[in-house]
Amino acid sequence: MNFWQAILEALESVTANKMRSGLTILGIVIGVAAVIAMLAVGDGAQASITGSISGIGSNLLFVFPGNRQEEVRSVEPLTLSDAQALADVFQAPAVQDIAPVIADNLEVSYGGERRRVSINGVTPSYQPVRSYDLLEGEFISEDQILGKASVALIGVDVADRFFQRREAIVGETLRIEGQPFRIIGVLAPKGGGSFGSQDDVVLIPYTTAESRLIRRSRDQVDVIYIQSVDADSVTDAADQVTQILRARHRITIGPNDFTVFSQQDFVETARTITGVFTIFLGGIAAISLLVGGIGIMNIMLVSVTERTREIGLRKALGARRVDILIQFLTESSLLSLFGGILGIGLGWLIAYIVGLIAQANDTPFTPIVGLQAILMATLFSTAVGLFFGIYPANRAAGLEPVEALRHE
Amino acid sequence: MQTTECPDCVIEVQNLTKVYKMGEIEVHALRGVSFKIFKGEVISIMGPSGSGKSTLMNTLGCLDRPTAGAYFLDGELVSRMNDDQLASVRNRKVGFVFQSFNLLPRMTALANVELPLRYAGQRKGRLDIARQSLEAVGLADRIYHKPTELSGGQQQRVAIARALVNDPAILMADEPTGNLDSKSGKEIMELILRLNQTRGTTIIIVTHDPTVAAQTQRVIRLSDGLLVEESA
Repeated sequence: MNFWQAILEALESVTANKMRSGLTILGIVIGVAAVIAMLAVGDGAQASITGSISGIGSNLLFVFPGNRQEEVRSVEPLTLSDAQALADVFQAPAVQDIAPVIADNLEVSYGGERRRVSINGVTPSYQPVRSYDLLEGEFISEDQILGKASVALIGVDVADRFFQRREAIVGETLRIEGQPFRIIGVLAPKGGGSFGSQDDVVLIPYTTAESRLIRRSRDQVDVIYIQSVDADSVTDAADQVTQILRARHRITIGPNDFTVFSQQDFVETARTITGVFTIFLGGIAAISLLVGGIGIMNIMLVSVTERTREIGLRKALGARRVDILIQFLTESSLLSLFGGILGIGLGWLIAYIVGLIAQANDTPFTPIVGLQAILMATLFSTAVGLFFGIYPANRAAGLEPVEALRHE
Repeated sequence: MQTTECPDCVIEVQNLTKVYKMGEIEVHALRGVSFKIFKGEVISIMGPSGSGKSTLMNTLGCLDRPTAGAYFLDGELVSRMNDDQLASVRNRKVGFVFQSFNLLPRMTALANVELPLRYAGQRKGRLDIARQSLEAVGLADRIYHKPTELSGGQQQRVAIARALVNDPAILMADEPTGNLDSKSGKEIMELILRLNQTRGTTIIIVTHDPTVAAQTQRVIRLSDGLLVEESA
């Protein structure tokens, strides 16, 4: 009996009992749909998260004091002169610009409203390095740095909170820890980053922060933002920064007492986390596929019992063991293949709806149904059918013709 | 190595014994049966229930193996074959006609008749051969009907066409008229006897019905697992 005939016969037998076949494949449909939808959501989440991290700027590096991965005996803090050394074009040609920052959460008040907000003491280079746009006003100038001016730029979240508007705020006066600051600009929204909102901030001149709000000894800075000349030179910039800082901190052997972190590192970390998340979801969905497979086995066993006489007759007509085996295996694989195909469709639909819901909730998130997931689901569901069909088919093939023919 | 002593025989059984084990009890269904059937004969096998009639039929039809003794079918020693060899012998040498027709209900008459050819591994011309076989039993105009759309007599004709499609050495008919009214039963018997005459197929009919047995050339009677009488 050739391949196509086996398929045709299996098709006839599967369609002969539509209701039962439908219910049988439902288990596989749900299993495959769950796998497809979960993988799509997982991949979509990954793309969305890595995308938003990339939005920070692909040529951005961060330098923190301390080393979180290795034990360092005495950590020398990062200082303003460290930052200035990194700006050296000859020692660090891959570095485009630097922006040292000191930051703290301080109480901001306006009218009766008071709230703790992230206050960042920054230099004028902060704007290009972090690529902030302004909704209105202008950024902190060199003069304001030198004059330790009491001026501030606010993020839109702060503007929404205190002023219930995003424009015509320039000229208003905010109090930070009770001290008055004149607002000189509003930052354009950047959206939610992976390290809290980038819009819930207040920027003030570095010198002002250092002298009046955030006490730091010996010109200490909390973080240095570094912009490399382009996206390809991020690694070079990281190497050069590391060398300069090691020299300045007099580290000849042993681990760094600082951490250089690039946006790509964040992407890597996020990808690892979402990858685990995707595998976890997919694994749960795979269990339902397994349950579907057991459903197929169940129905095939019923079918073998019901068709005992038919099997006996086929054997009387000359069917060998293997002919019967192939007949029943083809049926179970076909059932699960149908289930798989329908499941892919349903999973796609679910993923699409999840995407719509996400969009309706202003979350930029698109589930991705990958070709890989489709191929895997198809193969896996057919394999499930084959695997769970083996036992019933074997039972059918092993029937004694005399017994089977006598069966009522 | 046993050999057949009878080159003109289609069937030769020597001292055929079959013992079933029902738990602790041994049931001797056949206790040493020997006979020969020659090519082109029409034979009936009779006997009360429990006489070993069904066991003999299953053994002759290669559905079951004897416990002891030798069975030659068309010169081949069948009694020592394995399952797949038996399947092949059934396919090539035995045509079955059952009391309850045993057609596959989802398939057309043509597909039912074609089925043995599929298991024979024949690739080409299957449908033509099946059609010719249906024509031979007078059902040329019903080949695309399903069994449920056919009368009992017509269904049994399809079964006969299916039994003959591989041109077997023997046709085993188990109460072929048992489920039919007397008119259709008569027609089926006439058809079987005509096929014997035109094709020379050896025919073995297992029956209770004396009028059926009377139409055959020879009657083999069984009682308690033994051959009691061979009448011509």
